[in-house]
Amino acid sequence: MIRFLLKGLIRDRNRSLFPVIVVAIGVTLSILMYTFMFGFLDETVRSSAKLNTGHVKIMTKGYYEIQRQLPNDLSIDDAGTLIGELRQDYPEMEWVPRIKFGGLLDLPDEEGETRSQGPALGFAVDLLGTNSRERTRLNLKGGLVRGRLPLARGEILVSEGFAQRLEAGIGDTATLISSTKYGSIAVQNFVIVGTVTFGIGPLDRNSVIADIEDMRYTLDMSDGASEILGFFPNEVYDEAAADNIARAFNTVSAGTDDDFSLVMLPLREQNGLGEFLDMARFRLSIILFIFFLVMSIVLWNAGLMSGIRRYGEIGVRLAIGESKGQVYTSMLYESLIVGTVGFIIGSSVGLGVSFYLQEVGLDISGMVRGSSVLISNVIRAQVTPSSYFIGLIPGLVATFLGSAISGIAIFKRQTAQLFKELES
Amino acid sequence: MDDRPLITTHDLVKQYPAGGGFFTALNKVNLSIQRGEFTGIVGPSGSGKTTLLNIIGALDYPSSGSTLVIGTDTQELDHRMSARLRNEHIGFIFQTYNLLPVYNVYENVEFPLLLLGMNADERDRAVMQALEWVGLTDKVRSRPNQLSGGESQRVAVARAMVKKPELVLADEPTANLDAENSHNILRMMVRFNEELRTTFVFATHDEKVIAYIRRKITLNDGMVVEDRETKPAIH
Repeated sequence: MIRFLLKGLIRDRNRSLFPVIVVAIGVTLSILMYTFMFGFLDETVRSSAKLNTGHVKIMTKGYYEIQRQLPNDLSIDDAGTLIGELRQDYPEMEWVPRIKFGGLLDLPDEEGETRSQGPALGFAVDLLGTNSRERTRLNLKGGLVRGRLPLARGEILVSEGFAQRLEAGIGDTATLISSTKYGSIAVQNFVIVGTVTFGIGPLDRNSVIADIEDMRYTLDMSDGASEILGFFPNEVYDEAAADNIARAFNTVSAGTDDDFSLVMLPLREQNGLGEFLDMARFRLSIILFIFFLVMSIVLWNAGLMSGIRRYGEIGVRLAIGESKGQVYTSMLYESLIVGTVGFIIGSSVGLGVSFYLQEVGLDISGMVRGSSVLISNVIRAQVTPSSYFIGLIPGLVATFLGSAISGIAIFKRQTAQLFKELES
Repeated sequence: MDDRPLITTHDLVKQYPAGGGFFTALNKVNLSIQRGEFTGIVGPSGSGKTTLLNIIGALDYPSSGSTLVIGTDTQELDHRMSARLRNEHIGFIFQTYNLLPVYNVYENVEFPLLLLGMNADERDRAVMQALEWVGLTDKVRSRPNQLSGGESQRVAVARAMVKKPELVLADEPTANLDAENSHNILRMMVRFNEELRTTFVFATHDEKVIAYIRRKITLNDGMVVEDRETKPAIH
């Protein structure tokens, strides 16, 4: 009997092929939506952590309050000692000093006169340390457009867009004009050895990346740092752990209230990122819920239509001697088969495309051009373990429920009524 | 030999809700049909023929009164039991053939036997015999959409007869057939009636069918207005 029903299912394309296609499309779209949403959030957290916030960040209280002004006069002194203590207290984490600075980058001609210049937003990281992971963390090698990475003091990278605007070439000397920690003018020549792109609009506009020792020297910040960033192992953000570490650190320095006392902030509490993530998650949950609801209704309706379309056939089967229970059960089995096949195909396609888009990503640079938020130009899907199962809701559950509900009509309808519909 | 009537109805009433009241499709119908009869329920459209056939076939329940079919009070049957009654004892033939379109001729005829739980060898023998009866052994693998109207109805007859039921209920079986095919089908049914002692009850207003029946029960407005034996005009 099962073979007989399977034969019918396979031969009747309206009962098998079409519903399977509908279910597969629904599942594919659901998975793509799901993985993209998670990818977007994950990418936002990752980008922010690597480039700006770390998983936790230590600043002086004075610096923290006006950090948008890059007030290096309120930067951390003796960062080396502090990092040593942090490594002792939190050995599982990696602690790195960074200096953020603003200034003017000036390119002179052969006679030393300004050829071109533009405002620069710079950050200095440990580019030359043998054990430094900052080059990898910032993906400088991957982002290199022209030239090479700095190998010695006095060498800098500039963002490709900035270099093009300044008409700067590899090997050109550029003068950075900024202000020291103590407020006097800082002027230092550097050699541009490479250009990079971060794939993030604000950074690609006018960035300068220098070695931290160079900038300490330039800005008169001996062993200083604008900020000290802490990263969890494997760059995986642990929200609860970050909160705990920050709470413990801030408890120690809670008594002091001068501008140079230290404060540690977890990623969530920086730049309104927590609110942004909460809002994004909330909105994405609503979008996902609506999308899944719509997909479920579509697939449920497909199951319903399939059931209703078959009233005639059901009438014949009842007349021949099949019981309503047998007919109902066979419809549920069919919907399970259709749902399972659709789920498998849809999940395969959806996950396949998601894996592809996890590697390649989707370029949204046109949409974020001019934005000052650190959102990557390329958003990527992120395949999580739940991505493998999320298609069950629209695929299997909705299809099964559609058939189950439409099948109830078989019980509610008089057999003779089904019979009349068969004759009509 | 069991000489009890195969079908008995007693004060059978069937009413449908209509507007604020009820439409009475059958009004105190009392009938008794013996085994082996070749009976026609005739009457104009809306006279209650199909309703009566549905109640006899346990596809519908009466509003009041009772129906005994093969010794079973159909009102006491739940869905499962009435399905079993149809499966084991009753064959249906419809005006529009109602073959399952995705199955071939063989599979359509095989379907009732699958429900009976018959093993594959027995099924094969029974199906081939039924197809031989109706002369369609060369169409075993054909799908319903590859058959003519006459062939389709012959498959429907084979499907009804394959389990050798005691009772066949045929609702306007010739309505969609031309004269030649109608006579072929009816002659086939007469043969089953005579050789297998299968009881046939027709709901019809087709003169071609009426010409074959041996008992004519005339319904009008849900009431039996005439019930008499007839001499078949064609045999």
